[in-house]
Amino acid sequence: MLYSEKVMDHFKNPRNVGKMEDADGVGEVGNAVCGDIMKMYIKVENDIITDVSFNTFGCGSAIATSSMATELIKGKPISEALTLSNKAVVEALDGLPANKLHCSVLAEEAVKAAVKDYYDRHGIAYDPELLCSGDCSCCHEHDAPAQ
Amino acid sequence: MFVYADNAATTKTSKTAINAMLPMLEEFYGNPSSLHTPGQLAKEKLEQARETMAKYLNAFPSEIYFTSGGSEADNQAILTAAAAGERRGRKHIISTKFEHHAVLHTLDKLKERGFEITLLDVGENGIVKLEDIDAAIREDTALVTIMFANNEIGTIQPIAEIGKLCHRHGVCFHTDAVQAAGHIPIDVKAMNIDMLSLSAHKFHGPRGVGVFFARRGVRIENLINGGAQERGKRAGTENLPAIAGMAAAFAESCESMEKNAAKLIPMRDKLIRELSKIPFSIVNGDLENRLPGNVNMCFEGIEGESLLLLLDEAGIAASSGSACTSGSLDPSHVLLAIGLPHEIAHGSLRLSISEETTEEEIDYIIETVPKIVEYLRNMSPVWEDLENGTREHLVCKKGA
Ligand SMILES: Cc1ncc(COP(=O)(O)O)c(C=O)c1O
Repeated sequence: MLYSEKVMDHFKNPRNVGKMEDADGVGEVGNAVCGDIMKMYIKVENDIITDVSFNTFGCGSAIATSSMATELIKGKPISEALTLSNKAVVEALDGLPANKLHCSVLAEEAVKAAVKDYYDRHGIAYDPELLCSGDCSCCHEHDAPAQ
Repeated sequence: MFVYADNAATTKTSKTAINAMLPMLEEFYGNPSSLHTPGQLAKEKLEQARETMAKYLNAFPSEIYFTSGGSEADNQAILTAAAAGERRGRKHIISTKFEHHAVLHTLDKLKERGFEITLLDVGENGIVKLEDIDAAIREDTALVTIMFANNEIGTIQPIAEIGKLCHRHGVCFHTDAVQAAGHIPIDVKAMNIDMLSLSAHKFHGPRGVGVFFARRGVRIENLINGGAQERGKRAGTENLPAIAGMAAAFAESCESMEKNAAKLIPMRDKLIRELSKIPFSIVNGDLENRLPGNVNMCFEGIEGESLLLLLDEAGIAASSGSACTSGSLDPSHVLLAIGLPHEIAHGSLRLSISEETTEEEIDYIIETVPKIVEYLRNMSPVWEDLENGTREHLVCKKGA
């Protein structure tokens, strides 16, 4: 099999999928030309991500990494969500094929883009270094960090 | 239900092929190069297989060289023409943008040897234009290599006309007939084909065996040096079981070609007709000049790999030109060659059926694909943008 059982599970039964109408922050990363776009919605109360959901256009691992990322940040303080690394997503999925690692990077960036949007909407100051700009002209510029 | 709809990738080995192969393993195990009786009996089987292949291509048996498959035959044909070209100071080759990589990568290698390569456009319908070939032929053109039928979109090229044109210009003509052989008629003489490649596993023969046809008089370049097998042009003890399996499968496919096409074309067209009812979908490649078993479509707003994985879950084995299925970053060069934008090419689906496909299986595909497309669109931010007008459709609506 190309993918681990965990990846297939999250691909076939994605958690927290769908649009969130009353989100406090929305982040979209990726590019249709490259074949994957992730859109992440978060609901925030007292600095805690109380709810999260996603919509993804992309391959099996793009959908699975989005799903896993939502699980990893749900119920967590924003500060913790911001420390989510693509590596943690990959580990939680029991690994990804090398040519699919960029999907995990995209998932990490989608979370950060949603938090950034939340901060911007609420006029909260932040260290831009911590956040992806959300302006990933193409996912492939962020290719394959070592696993 | 399980449906195998990836016959362009490879086919199930037929009973006919298997039955032809087994005695070659159990009885005719001699080395065809040996002088003793077991060797000579094996040699006889080898030559029978060669005669069969020649018969159905309308070639002479001495023009048939057994290879390890389509890729090797493509390499050998192109390198043969290149060597001949070099001897005569001709270092220009014409091909198309949507050839198989066995051709394209070999041509890339030749650039390093100073060859100039012209890759022709194939237009939106996936068919090369004769006038483009005519205009591209130069004094120093060593070869025109154009595939008989495309492996992704199934479009059939006007091979007889191209052969005639090349013949008129005195330019060597090779065709990669891997997808065509056993499915549509081939006549190397009538079509003025100088060299041709085919592969057994695309017509229910075994994998790892194919034919390189080279017309008499072509000075063949060796890829594999060693013993004197294949008239000294392809060394290595012959894979007789595979060769015999190929010949049996080829004979069967050619004998039932018309019957198979008569069954496949209505099924293919039903698939295309019904799946086209999915809104914002397109059919890739010419609808008429098309392999009997090929369906290739794109669905806007979704990505091909996830579509394939869900189809597999539903028991349907298909294929896609999505970048994610190939491990490369760009979607299929074939879909880009017919002018599809990347966004659309990512969402492609190839269904390739065979004469073993049943009506029930076709109906199951027709029932399943729209559901999966809808499911994926519902979770696609691209689709959402298309629906609410923040992104422009690149495909027109049509649909049901
Ligand atoms: C058009 C075309 N050419 C060449 C090949 C390579 O053939 P083989 O797999 O036998 O090397 C294939 C099939 O993969 C093909 O579809």
